Amino acid sequence: MNWRWDLAWQVLPHLLEATLATLAAAIIGYSIALVGGLVMALGQRTPSRILTVAVRETVEFIRSTPLVLQIFFIFFVGPQFGIRLSPWVAGMIALGLHYSAYMSEVYRGGLEAVPRGQWEAALALNLSTRSTYMRIIIPQAIVPAITGIGNYLVGIIKDTPLLSVIGVAELMHTASSIGAENLRFLEPYTIVGLIFLLISLPASGLTRLFENWLRRKLGMG
Amino acid sequence: MDETSDYPLALEGPGTPMVRFLNVSKRYGALMVLDNLHLDISEGEMVSIIGPSGSGKTTVLRMLMTLETINSGVIYVDGKPLTHMERRGKLVPADARYLRKMRAKIGMCFQHFNLFPHMTALQNCMEGPVQVLGLSKDEARGRAEELLAMVGMIEKKDQHPSRLSGGQQQRVAIARALAMRPKVLLFDEVTSALDPEVIGEVTNVIRKLVAEHNLTMLMVTHQMGFARDISDRVCFFFGGKIEEQGSPQTLFGNPRRDRTKQFLSAIKEAG
Repeated sequence: MNWRWDLAWQVLPHLLEATLATLAAAIIGYSIALVGGLVMALGQRTPSRILTVAVRETVEFIRSTPLVLQIFFIFFVGPQFGIRLSPWVAGMIALGLHYSAYMSEVYRGGLEAVPRGQWEAALALNLSTRSTYMRIIIPQAIVPAITGIGNYLVGIIKDTPLLSVIGVAELMHTASSIGAENLRFLEPYTIVGLIFLLISLPASGLTRLFENWLRRKLGMG
Repeated sequence: MDETSDYPLALEGPGTPMVRFLNVSKRYGALMVLDNLHLDISEGEMVSIIGPSGSGKTTVLRMLMTLETINSGVIYVDGKPLTHMERRGKLVPADARYLRKMRAKIGMCFQHFNLFPHMTALQNCMEGPVQVLGLSKDEARGRAEELLAMVGMIEKKDQHPSRLSGGQQQRVAIARALAMRPKVLLFDEVTSALDPEVIGEVTNVIRKLVAEHNLTMLMVTHQMGFARDISDRVCFFFGGKIEEQGSPQTLFGNPRRDRTKQFLSAIKEAG
């Protein structure tokens, strides 16, 4: 094994630049999933049986098919129906929706964990449905869900390389291009691995800090 | 619920009760929880409901709070139907909007307090007034602090429920219910989840309410001594019906029905 430091130093700036794209993809995808997951979780709790079943089946469908297929589908099949999206937009929709489906299950668990007495107290105070959810139920549902929500942050960071299949110039895509140019993959891929490690470890640490902070803030520590 | 065209659209005139259960029945599947209940509660009256578990006593409160629907009959509150509303001269089952309007007249305290754990005592008491009654934060805070002082919890107003004992939580819960200025206040076994040594601090608050306010109160309790002390009337429930009712002196001192006697002596033996 011969590690070439000169090549490593040479490619590092390009990879760091691509790291920004990876981070952007993860943050955008995660933001979509945070909101989308909540919408999908609440969509399964409406009085409308049809809506509940439709959302439930959609979530199951998304969770049962590979992310890479969803990325391909939105990017390559979309145009046949007149939906032409750039790799970035298609990728963000696919990543966001995929993780929304997973996130919705975490929210759902959190919502179901809120004791029935909280609903009854909200009703006895005559709170509207909206206030009941926004001010009483969701704040409490977040707390048990937060570990799961945090885990998906690391998950989504690690899944961003899949966006390379439709040409989003994130870390993996950039490393592969560099490797192909130089006919050497050891250095770029090793650096990519280290960068992912350096992102993921603090991310899970920060999640835990946030979790503790939130518990304290909500007086539920 | 059926259309109930034979029931009055409203109760009027002198002697109109604050609460009237008219022919009210409640079933869970084949199980009859309440069977043709008739119960009137006057304005300002304190009525206690006692009875063995499964006799339907908590269901009475839950129906009145609209936590449970009813299968037949009509409940009236403050002269107006609660479970039904008028539509072209007939009573039809109440819709969500009507229920919300009527529910404002009723407040409830629960066995397990059900305070909002992510809010302080003060915030718990301000939530309803701000979100539902539309009070300003300052008005709501003033009202909440006054009530927390009344229940002896003003020093703990900035504590979250997890930092409070059961008795303290229940006192906050009473203040929270009162902050909505209900006409009828329901107590559902509010001392059952408490350690014996703190029961007194909650019953004392309720005594104070009875003495100083003209609230109509309906209480389900296992505290026979307490019920005897403060009630205007006691109802003994058995098998989904009122087996016997009367003044506390009569019901506890000179019960007529065998089941009442059995129940009271069993309670006495238990301690």
